[in-house]
Amino acid sequence: MNDRTFFKSLTTPYQAIPHGVVVFLGIAVWVAVLAVWFALTFGGFVKPMFLPKPNEVLNTALALAADGTLWEHTYASVQVVIIGFVLSSIVAVPLGLTMGTYRVVQAFLDPLVNFIRYLPVTSFVPLFILWIGIGIEQRVSVIIFGIFFQQVVMIADAARSVPRDLVNAAYTLGTRRRDTVWHIVFPATLPNIFDVLRVTMGWAWTYLVVAELVAARSGLGYISLKAMRGFQVDVIFMAIAMIGILGLLTDQIFRVLRRVAAPWAN
Amino acid sequence: MLNNPNTATRSSDISVEKVALRYGTGEGAVLALDGLSLNVKKEEFCVIVGPSGCGKSSLLYLIAGLEGRTGGMIKVGGRPVSDAGADRGMVFQAYTLFPWLTVRQNVEYGPRRKGMPAAERNRIVDHYLTEIGLAAFGSHYPSQLSGGMKQRVAIARALANDPEVLLMDEPFGALDSQTRHAMQQLLLSVWEHSKKTVLFVTHDIDEAILLADRVFVMSGRPGQILADLTVPFERPRDMDLVMEPDFIAMKREILGLLKNNGGH
Repeated sequence: MNDRTFFKSLTTPYQAIPHGVVVFLGIAVWVAVLAVWFALTFGGFVKPMFLPKPNEVLNTALALAADGTLWEHTYASVQVVIIGFVLSSIVAVPLGLTMGTYRVVQAFLDPLVNFIRYLPVTSFVPLFILWIGIGIEQRVSVIIFGIFFQQVVMIADAARSVPRDLVNAAYTLGTRRRDTVWHIVFPATLPNIFDVLRVTMGWAWTYLVVAELVAARSGLGYISLKAMRGFQVDVIFMAIAMIGILGLLTDQIFRVLRRVAAPWAN
Repeated sequence: MLNNPNTATRSSDISVEKVALRYGTGEGAVLALDGLSLNVKKEEFCVIVGPSGCGKSSLLYLIAGLEGRTGGMIKVGGRPVSDAGADRGMVFQAYTLFPWLTVRQNVEYGPRRKGMPAAERNRIVDHYLTEIGLAAFGSHYPSQLSGGMKQRVAIARALANDPEVLLMDEPFGALDSQTRHAMQQLLLSVWEHSKKTVLFVTHDIDEAILLADRVFVMSGRPGQILADLTVPFERPRDMDLVMEPDFIAMKREILGLLKNNGGH
């Protein structure tokens, strides 16, 4: 490939680009972000109180990792996210599939679900504190309230979009009506289900931090809030970076799970 | 096959009597089928040909029990049709292979629903995969197949379930003409071996004459049977038949019927 066709491949809409270029660009964007960060802090453009130097954040992270503080709070956050996410998903997936398949279920639940799903989760935090207190149950509730109704709606949409002739073909092959959801709708929507779970997992992290900022005694959101009070901006940056890394990790896990569970959809 | 003492109702395997289909009610109601009757005998290959929108696909869905008729009676093997069932296999115009199952698992789907033992299932699947020339593709997913291959698997899947009748709704409509010709030949050879009762819907007159023992010519909406023509050509038939004068004469007759009653 000469330079000209190479340049053309990079600038053609939708054109695939070489794998090496993908990797290079993926690294380059982080180098660029770090470079800007270094330039702003070491160049003295921003006060250290607002933006810490990258190496200071790294040192803080290493120190807190060494004494176990970082892991303790990370574990606390991960635990809450997983409990909330799993509880929400194990109900939302079958309910969404049923809602998308049976018009009678949809007619019953749609008005309620669509009402609740537009209510801002944050406005319910005080109510949850009043009802449930500030224990782990409160944070789990915020996550469930934040993602459950969205999951139901998105999975119902996926179930509704299953081609009708796929279901008809199943009937002519001897599938019973009551088996349709399990034998046809569920496998047909499995790739979409994994996509919905992956996206809502990201939202679960957001709602976790919201809950931890308001009422918690552990977790990455909690140490950020504590750090703000002590002007430890490097700790806040460390917490944010940690959440980002965990998000990236769970995203990759869901991509792998989808590939393993739905190999036909790649 | 059990001998039915009531031979009068066994005389035709698909019996459609004065069937009506109306969509909607009141002013906006559309009469898709009006008093349509036809009979398909056991082991007969019949083709319905008609203009698009004449309700020929709807008729197939009614026989399959996938839609409810507004009036009349449909019987398959002497039993009135009230719901979809495994006794009426169907191949659709759209690709309806289950994308999450391999070719093998797709063909195996019906027998598995019936609770057939694995050894017997495997024997049936092997037989039909060989029959459609896709024995080497058993572990492929449908997304890895071409359109023609998908429809071959769909035919194998329907036949593996051993239905009493096979309903085919323009199964080759989405294929290019070369693939379509190959598929017609394949279908004929599969049919010669299995001797199923087939009711096949198409708007392609060549296809209709080439495949059928009898051709039903259907009018435009509301759909009615204009003619019930016996195709005189001997089997096995091949593509060269379409250039024979007798074939062309029959094609001209059907075209004439459709031109005068095409509907709007």
